[in-house]
Order: sequence, then C-alpha cells, then structure tokens
Amino acid sequence: MIFENIYDIIAFILSSAGILQRMQSYSDALGIPIAPKLIIILVESALLLVGVALMVMFLTWMERKVLGHAQARLGPMITWYHGLLQPIVDGVKLLSKEDLMPRRADKWLFFIAPMIAFVPALLVFIPIPFGCCGAIISDLPMGILYVMAVSAISPIGILIGGWASDNKYSLLGALRAAAQDLSYEIPMVLTIIGIVLITGSLSLQEIVEFQDKIWFVFLQPLGFIIFLVAAIAEMSRIPFDLHESESEFVAGFFTEYSGMKFAFFFLAEYAHLFGIAAIMTTLYFGGWHGPMIPMIPPIITSIVWFTLKVLVIIFFTMWLRATVPRVRVDQILDIGWKVMLPLALFNVFITGLLVAGGVL
Amino acid sequence: MARTEEYQLNVGPVHPSTHGVLRFLLTMEGETIKDVEMIIGQLHRGIEKIAESRSYLQFIPYTDRLDYISGMTNNYGFTKAVEDLAGITVPKKAEYLRVFVMELNRIVNHLVCIGSLLLDLGAATMIIYGFRERHKILELFESLSGARMTFNYIRPGGVRGDIPEGFIDKAKAFLRDMPKRLDDYAQLINENEIVLMRMKGIGMLSPEDAINYGVTGPMLRGSGVSYDIRKDDPYSVYEELDFKACTRPECDTYARYIVRMDEMYESLYIAEQALDRIEHLGGPVKAHFPRIFTPPEGEVYSRIEAPKGELGFYIVSDGSTRPYRVKIRSPPFCSLQALPQMVEGLKIPDLVATFGIVDIALGDVDR
Repeated sequence: MIFENIYDIIAFILSSAGILQRMQSYSDALGIPIAPKLIIILVESALLLVGVALMVMFLTWMERKVLGHAQARLGPMITWYHGLLQPIVDGVKLLSKEDLMPRRADKWLFFIAPMIAFVPALLVFIPIPFGCCGAIISDLPMGILYVMAVSAISPIGILIGGWASDNKYSLLGALRAAAQDLSYEIPMVLTIIGIVLITGSLSLQEIVEFQDKIWFVFLQPLGFIIFLVAAIAEMSRIPFDLHESESEFVAGFFTEYSGMKFAFFFLAEYAHLFGIAAIMTTLYFGGWHGPMIPMIPPIITSIVWFTLKVLVIIFFTMWLRATVPRVRVDQILDIGWKVMLPLALFNVFITGLLVAGGVL
Repeated sequence: MARTEEYQLNVGPVHPSTHGVLRFLLTMEGETIKDVEMIIGQLHRGIEKIAESRSYLQFIPYTDRLDYISGMTNNYGFTKAVEDLAGITVPKKAEYLRVFVMELNRIVNHLVCIGSLLLDLGAATMIIYGFRERHKILELFESLSGARMTFNYIRPGGVRGDIPEGFIDKAKAFLRDMPKRLDDYAQLINENEIVLMRMKGIGMLSPEDAINYGVTGPMLRGSGVSYDIRKDDPYSVYEELDFKACTRPECDTYARYIVRMDEMYESLYIAEQALDRIEHLGGPVKAHFPRIFTPPEGEVYSRIEAPKGELGFYIVSDGSTRPYRVKIRSPPFCSLQALPQMVEGLKIPDLVATFGIVDIALGDVDR
C-alpha cells in the first residue's frame, strides 16, 4: 500500500474500518457526494493545527529549559515533571486575561492582525514532507515557491498590528520588523534557487528524495550559511530579533496586545520558528532521511528523524539566544543588503556554473 | 532623500531599559536621535534634608539607600567625612576590613552594570552569571553585617564588628574562584563580534568634555584620563596597597566596559592583599566613638572613589549633634549629564548601550 499524502492515509484507515463507505452512502442519499471528502479534509486540518500547537507548546517549554540551563538556572520546575505542563498553565493564564484595546486603536485592524500573522505560519506546513510514505499534507508541484510566498504574508500582519495599536513603540517596532523580514527574504529565496537548480524541481518531496545519498548542506555549504543567517532573521531570533527588541521598544509591534490576541502573536512566532526549521531540515538536512530501524514502520521512523533534526536546529537558535546580543537595526539591514545579497547571488552563479558544467 | 518629520518619543519612567524610574524625552528623526531630555526626580526622597534632622550615626543607614548596589562605599564616604571632621583615628585592622568590603562591593557593582548592559543589548545570560557571583559576595557581607544590601557596616571609628569565625576561609575560597569566573565572562563577551559591533565607536566622549561635565570613575578612565582618587588623593590604607588605575584611550562604550572588566581584576588583587593583612593583624576593629557625638564647628568635603565615580560628602557642622547641612556629590548624577551629548545622532539601540554603561542607580541620581 503506497500513500500519496495524509488524506490517503486517513481515507485508508476510515475505509478499512468501513466508516468511509457508510458515510459515502449516506451523503449520496442526501445528494452531497463530496461530503466525506470535506470531512476528511477537516480532520486533516485539525491534525495539522493540533500537531503544530503541540509542537509550539513544547518549544516554549524547551526554550525556557535551554535558556535556564544555559544561564545556570533550572527553568520551570513546579508544574509537573520538570515543568512540562508550563505551556498549558501559561495558556490558561493568557485565556483568562483581560483583552485590552487602546481607546484610539483601529478596532478591526487591531482584531485581525494576530490572525493575519498566525495563519500563514500555519499554512507553511502544507507542502512540507514530515516523513516518507505519504506523511505530507499535499505534495504541491511548486512547493518551495508556495512556502516562500505564504511566509511573506506574515510581515503584513505585523505591520497592521503595529499600525492599529496607535502607539509609537508599536509602529516603530513594526516598521523595523517589516524591513527586516523583507530584506532577509531575498537572500533566502536566492539560496533556494541554488537547490532548485540542482534538483530541477520545486516540489519539497522531490528535493528530499534527491538527498537520499548526500545532504544539500554538503553540496551547498555557502548557500546553507546564508540560509541559516536569513532563517534566524526570519524566525526573529536573537541576533536579529528586531521584531521584539524589548530593551528599546518594550515589546515591539505587540506592545499593546494582551490576552488571547497576544497569545496568537506568540503562537505565530513559535509556529514560524518551527516552520522555518522544518524548511531548513527539508532543504539542507535531508528531510526525513535517516537510518531506518527494522520492525518499526518507516513512516514513524522517518517522522522521528525529521522531528529530531528540526529540534536540533531549534536548539541551535536557542543556544544562540543565550550567547550573543542583538544586532542594531541599521547593522541588520547592512548585513542583509550589503553582505547576504551579493553572497547569495554569488552562490547562485557558482551553482549555475557547476550545474551547467555537469558537475552537480 | 525623503524628508522626515521630527517627532517626540517618550521612554520611561516605566521601561525595560531605563534602570529605574528615569524618563527620557527623545526628539527623533526616523530612528535617529536629535535630542535627549532627561527627566529625573521620580525617586527623590530628600535624603540631604533628612540628614539635617538625624544625628551623624543615625544617618549612616540612609547612605545605604543612595546607591543601593554599592552600599559599603556609601557608608564609607559619609564615615570618612565625619572622621575628617572629628579627627578620629581608626585601627589598622578596621581600615583593611573597610578596603576589603569596598573592593568586593566594586566587583558587585561592575557585575551588575555589565550584566544589565548586556541584558539591554539582548544577551540575557551575563546578568544571571553576574548575579551568581554577586550572591557569593553578598553572603560574605551578610556574615559581616547581617544584611545583604543595606549594610550599615562601616561606621565612624571603625566597622560594626570583628570578622566572624570561618570568614577568612570563605573569603579566600571566593577570591580563589573568582578570577576563573571573570576569565569566563571575558571570553563570553570581550571578543564577541556582535558586542564589538554594538559597543565600538558608540557614545564617544572626549577627555575634555568628560572633565567639563564632571564625569568621573570608569567613565572618565574610559576616555583616557587616569584619574582615580584611590591613587591621586589616597585615603584609608590604599597607599600601602599595590594596584593600578585602569584606563583606556578609546573614549567609547567598549573602552568603558573594558575598564570595568579590568577594575574587577584589580579589585580582586586589592582584596587579596587586604585579606592577607586582616588575617595577620590583631587588635580592635573600632575606635571609641561617643554615642552623643558633637563635632567641632566647621565644614569638610571628603571624597572617595566609589565604583561609579567620585562620591563626595560635604558636611557643614554647627557644633550640635546634627549636621547643619549635608551635600552629596553623587557620581551618576554628574555622569548622566553628559549623556545627551554622547548619544546625539545615534539610534535608540545605541542610546540603550551608552546609557547602560553610564551605570546609574536612580537612588543616587535623585537622592
């Protein structure tokens, strides 16, 4: 049995239990034959949402633990075993908080900004292969292009949030964040071109399958370094965390947000972190490839490998946060435009030459 | 070139990086600072006025609350002024104890300063490491004075009491471990590329301007002026101890940071020497100081090298049990005045970095 994507897997499970056939006959009788498909898609979306939310919760806990131990502390310890339930406690706290809105804020924009920031962070996961044998929501033929396009939406949410708050800190923070996101997206896309030149495909699944023998981190070392720096900037992690810059603008663009709206920005940030780490794994670290263990179905082993690689990358960014200070706003833009962009172009040039020469 | 309009940005008094209740009113053009207005006084407690209604001995606890990070030097600053006024001679052992605690307090102050500076720059690790070492020093202080921040330890005539049992060993263990820790911190920060990017060439203050503004302490020594009251106008037993004044000629934030790092090593060295003498000296740690103390009529200005700069106490006595007037020259108040010039034309992140190394305690600025 070979599955294309998660939809097939759910359909297979349902039909082997006989549920799908019964649902189909009911909906045929009602005259809406598409209903079972829609239900499966809904289940799939819920799975994605729950999966990402669980991962985000784990990441917030991990961030505190890693930072704590790096700083000679313990981090959260009270809630259950080593504070593992801390994210849930935090969630309850945020839910029960008063939802403040500045009197002169633009109400609608203030309301939708967190969603505009959060939804793209979730949509990024659609074409990412989490594992082999169909652990992918949809293998889009232009997957990587889709990922970059969707993740380029979130600065709009940030800008809207900063503008709608009617606060100088928020506005300045939002402008900084947008400037940073835009200037690092370009080198990022350019380094991806190097990979696409080699594989000849935009599909993420095919990119992963190409790395069967050798990972792209070895084929594209310069590209990887540029991608890593750009990714840290896109994740808004510490050497490049202009989004927050809490010592200057209190909390950047979400200074005025509280309660669940704040939680959405927070979720978006960590979902973005997870998303970019997943893309980096897919592009440079062979995605779900790894030694398969006999007796365990390959789909599970591959998902474990994928998750481990993602966690290692995220651990690296947390480690970085514990070590280095923040780069100044103009220096960030300088690095982006004067260093990263030429290097990325150079990388594309070299890769193009090698591909044309038949070396790669 | 697009024309931008100037606007005003209020920073503080409740803000993560104003170290208390200082308020900045920035005139900005885009992200560039055109002018800084500092609004101080939110922590004004009228300590100078309180001094007029307290006896000399009663006022010492108030000095702990001036610069609450380095209470020992404040204690000593006032004590020295009173001793100068009354002409009291202090036992040698007490003087060495005073030097020992003051130098450890300098380390505490510099650790907190560097830690909070790096916290403002975005690296949260250093402040927690710094507080770990601070905790060890405060434990030593606690065993001496019974308090962790408001010591009331150094008094006219000597110190509060002799060292407790086992103190020498604990202090020695600390002095043995600390240089390694400092090396670790230097390794973490000194050559860090981003730290260099953020601190080199930022917040320039020429030696002339620094002197004209009355800037003292590590700030002035970071501008290449070798001015250390411990050397230039020696007090206590500093003349008998071997140390050097640390200076750097670069005039920028990084130079001031390095001066502070170097001073911590020097302080450790001084503290080691002082501890050695304490161990071998016997005798009392407190000369007689009358409960009801009436100094002769007159006035005195005495200054010491506090961790943040020159700390001066000017006391006018009318011969009664209470001072007629006490004027405190607090170092951060003077250093802060140079800030607008240092940050003009820079960006807000630079303001945070420059302000962080000025190293103020609002309790000392507002008094």
